[in-house]
Amino acid sequence: MGWIAEHVESIKSMKIRDTLSQLITLGMIVSTALIIWKALMCLTGSESPVVVVLSGSMEPGFKRGDILFLHMSEAPFRAGEIVVYNVEGKPIPIVHRVIEVHEQENSGKVDILTKGDANPVDDRSLYAYGQNWLKPQQIMGRAVGFVPYAGWVTIIMTEKPIIKYMLVGALDSAGETYLLF
Amino acid sequence: MHSFGYRANAVLTFALTILALMCAIASFSDNFNFPSPSAEIQIVGFNGFKKKPHGNDEVSLTMNITADLQSLFTWNTKQFICSDKLGFGCPMTIWNPFFFVFVAAEYETPQNSLNQVSLWDAIILAKEHAKFWIQTKNKYRFVDQGSNLRGKDFNLTLHWHVMPKTGKMFADKLVMSGFRIPEEHSV
Repeated sequence: MGWIAEHVESIKSMKIRDTLSQLITLGMIVSTALIIWKALMCLTGSESPVVVVLSGSMEPGFKRGDILFLHMSEAPFRAGEIVVYNVEGKPIPIVHRVIEVHEQENSGKVDILTKGDANPVDDRSLYAYGQNWLKPQQIMGRAVGFVPYAGWVTIIMTEKPIIKYMLVGALDSAGETYLLF
Repeated sequence: MHSFGYRANAVLTFALTILALMCAIASFSDNFNFPSPSAEIQIVGFNGFKKKPHGNDEVSLTMNITADLQSLFTWNTKQFICSDKLGFGCPMTIWNPFFFVFVAAEYETPQNSLNQVSLWDAIILAKEHAKFWIQTKNKYRFVDQGSNLRGKDFNLTLHWHVMPKTGKMFADKLVMSGFRIPEEHSV
């Protein structure tokens, strides 16, 4: 219990100069996170270079809470690649494997079909109504790297916002953990 | 300045840094594995040929797949404990390294410069199952975008995708060419 009293004491004896210094530190953390994020966007060519897996449709490959690193290049999409795509009218992107590609030479039109490894059927029912094929424009990137569990921080923070504020508070008082962001 | 929060924060930061470093090293070590996989696919027979109402050709076939992919496993290959809910058929209830394989047909048509259609896939559980022989019908439908499958030459490609415990994912393939869908169909 001693440390609580110590904290209260330290808050009481806080000076304006310390408060300002902590605010600046917090600003530094936020801007560092932003710099890293934007730099990753430039390097990977993907508008969201890091995504968190939210469903179990790619088990056993990806579980809920895993983090994927995306890469977007000019190279055409091929069967077997794991891609992250958006469906019109759905807010959450989907991570699934490409199982069919039909590519027209002249018009450059590409038809793609995807499927989750753990799903019994392909994704036609997930696409927008009347859409039989996925278009390359809907794809945000290919999954190239993988870190297990790390996405749980994001999932917990999204579902329990109170923890986010506690974390920001902790960062504010300590001001050194850049990694947590 | 040596409060509980400060110390806990320092320990956490240090632990996460070390963990990230170890993950990076584990992923990097995968580069020193030079796998030598081998595979062969034979088509046993064509079982059916259908022209769907809107004009697309569909073929069903039976193939023999022989492969030795044991050298793909490394110590950074992802493992999982089998659960029946996934229905992949588990050899044992321990942590199994695994990877994903699939066979795709590849062909050209006048309309499309490339068509890739997955015919079969599987999750290989455990090293002893990475050397396998299987006779199977196509698990997914072999449907063309049009009616070009009669007498069509095509390739069969065995792809594999190895999930790491952490880090970079590995995928590669073996192409087998010289397959042909017959002109005449008894069915």
